[in-house]
Amino acid sequence: MAEMSNTKSARDALENKRERFNIKSFLINNSVTILFVIICLIGIKLSKLPLFFIGSELLTRITRNSFLVLSLIIPVLAGMGLNFGITIGAMAGQIAIFLVMHWGITGMKGFLLCALLAAPLAILFGNLTGKLLNKTKGQEMIASMIAGFFANGIYQFIFLFSIGTIIPMKDPVMILSSGVGVRNTIDLSRNVGIKYALDNLVKLPVFHVFLVGAILTMLIYTVVRIYHKKECSFTGRYLITMMSCVVVVAVSGIFIFGGSYLPNELKMFKNIKLPVITCIVVALLCLFNVLIVKTKLGQDFRTVGQDKHIARISGINVDKVRIIAITLSTLLAAWGQLIFLQNMGTLNTYGSHVQIATFSIAALLIGGASVSRATIGQALLGTILFHTLFIVSPKAGKNLFGDAQIGEFFRAFVAYGVIGLSLGLHAWKKRIQFKKVG
Amino acid sequence: MSEAVKRFSNKVGLPRIIISSFFIFLFIVALILKLPIASLISDSIRRFGMYGILVLAMVPAIQSGIGPNFALPLGIICGLLGGLMSIEFGLSGWGSFFGALTISLPFAILVGWIYGILLNKIKGSEMLVATYTGFSIVSFMSIMWILLPFNHEEMVWPIGNGLRVTIALDSTFGQILNHFWEFPIFGVKIPTGLLLFFFICCFIVWLFSRSKLGTAMKAAGDSPKFATASGIDVDQCRIVGTVLSTVLGAVGILVYAQSYGFIQLYQAPLMMAFPAVASILIGGASASRAKISHVILGAFLFQGLLTVALPVANEIVREGNLSEVLRMIVQNGIILYALTKVGGGD
Repeated sequence: MAEMSNTKSARDALENKRERFNIKSFLINNSVTILFVIICLIGIKLSKLPLFFIGSELLTRITRNSFLVLSLIIPVLAGMGLNFGITIGAMAGQIAIFLVMHWGITGMKGFLLCALLAAPLAILFGNLTGKLLNKTKGQEMIASMIAGFFANGIYQFIFLFSIGTIIPMKDPVMILSSGVGVRNTIDLSRNVGIKYALDNLVKLPVFHVFLVGAILTMLIYTVVRIYHKKECSFTGRYLITMMSCVVVVAVSGIFIFGGSYLPNELKMFKNIKLPVITCIVVALLCLFNVLIVKTKLGQDFRTVGQDKHIARISGINVDKVRIIAITLSTLLAAWGQLIFLQNMGTLNTYGSHVQIATFSIAALLIGGASVSRATIGQALLGTILFHTLFIVSPKAGKNLFGDAQIGEFFRAFVAYGVIGLSLGLHAWKKRIQFKKVG
Repeated sequence: MSEAVKRFSNKVGLPRIIISSFFIFLFIVALILKLPIASLISDSIRRFGMYGILVLAMVPAIQSGIGPNFALPLGIICGLLGGLMSIEFGLSGWGSFFGALTISLPFAILVGWIYGILLNKIKGSEMLVATYTGFSIVSFMSIMWILLPFNHEEMVWPIGNGLRVTIALDSTFGQILNHFWEFPIFGVKIPTGLLLFFFICCFIVWLFSRSKLGTAMKAAGDSPKFATASGIDVDQCRIVGTVLSTVLGAVGILVYAQSYGFIQLYQAPLMMAFPAVASILIGGASASRAKISHVILGAFLFQGLLTVALPVANEIVREGNLSEVLRMIVQNGIILYALTKVGGGD
């Protein structure tokens, strides 16, 4: 019943929408996302991978990566653009893991200790980044990107050369045989390290969770929407969320209750298990992102994001608010990296953090976010689309050109290209607006 | 006293003071460690000439107001394409070098022109968009290096398809400028041809900036509003600057490749813009003002620093590549410092 009424309200809303906008502007505004849906579908078709494989792989990757992608949202709110400096947060997380591994604390205890240790480091790093970004107003994104590169240099200096020479440390498992420098890869599953610490706590069949989750989301979201009716309550975002929830409910219903009628290939989906705790953590972060807007601080973020000058006049300490935004983002990135790594099971000391900013930002942009506006739905949708592409592209490249390498290059091209294109389009739109006003 | 120090550091620039003193310090350490100074100096000079033109490519971009050209890989790709085609056509010796230059020019002009138009549409976000445009083109061309129909046996993999990752230039234009009129002085090898070529390029850019078009370009970069008021087409000037920068990038990579002795494909050009940007910034340029002297000083300091740091570092710490880490810290630190000078207000 719930789905019926919701489809109806969705249809009504769609008609409302048609009156106000036309379908063309909707297509143009979401062109990146739509293009990606098409590319992903083509990729899935070309790769000839079994749907079961794609589905289960996708699920792992969503729980693994969405926290990182979500950590980008707060700086966008504060008008600082996409934080290319989440690399720095990831480094804080990795330093914590390194220490905890060295002390030999494993499992959930180790993971929590990592989270605890990473926090002060990330806050310190975030604070410094924020101070830097206050000196480079208007160029925050490139500045945070270069700051990430710079920090990577220092990180390498510490881990490759200082440990064992300036910083005395002996650990035959983690330090190179020469006694100087940390090994290239650290196996987190050593003595049952923190691998799967969070993921394996509670695992439930995926469709049961989906069913309950989607119905809850629909109810809560609708209530929240109605509660805030003063703005227009049926935006495209609302529609998309509702419709996807309906689809999820329908699909999981079919899988749970109509399992015996399904073809064999699809039946296997029933066995996929979802790391519930990880999902709850991600959901909590979503909630945090929603709730923070309601607080004084969140309103300050928005005011600063809209107009620094007005914010200053109304007595907001702009620089401080910006520092807080970046610090929060860095802290969340540090925890996001912990979630990422506990799932991966191996810490690539000099490589794990390098690409996360690029990939997270590409995912967010693919979901339809821009430099000045990013939502949770966009983050999650983007993660799904981007990682679908990630899963299928090597195989698709191999099937199409006989060379898996082409698929690898293609996804790098896509990641970089999407960032370049979206940022370019954004700048272009802003310029046109500026011309119209001025 | 502190006033005077402040004025001095403002005039010369803090990063340049730090880098120069670090450079001198490394040199003294090298002397103490009894490293072969003559070969260190030869290497410094060689790398100075090798990277010089890539750094020079920043000058027209900065002068025309688009800021440091982080999309240098666009030009580099054009140069590589020219080099590959020249090898494919079976040219050798000087013919292959100038052939490569000639072939890459039309590509570079076209790409630079299109890119210039693009940059005009996104004024204000040039640096970041440029970086990612450069990145994406490098990845796109990586696909192309596999698919393009090159057949020359020195370039393609003997098994499988696509071009090799590094292509030796022994039989074509490897070291051709370096060995031209090369002479030793106190054991220091002077690659006359390389330096000559670099200085000629510098001279051409200098001449250009004195010409009517060049002056207009500089005016457009300095103050777009004022330039528009005096009847200069700012957008046109920015396109000219971009084209020139892309062309210099193409020439630069060919000079780089001949000096290195190899053409590097695939991911190699990905990060090449950053050292070039850092070099000109060390030389004293800012994101909105650059001169030829900044290029020469910057290229020499940055490359010299890295050349001397490598053996010194190897002497002190035997494991890992300290020089590479040092490059990362210095290079990105410098770019960051320059960025703080751009912004600040709001």
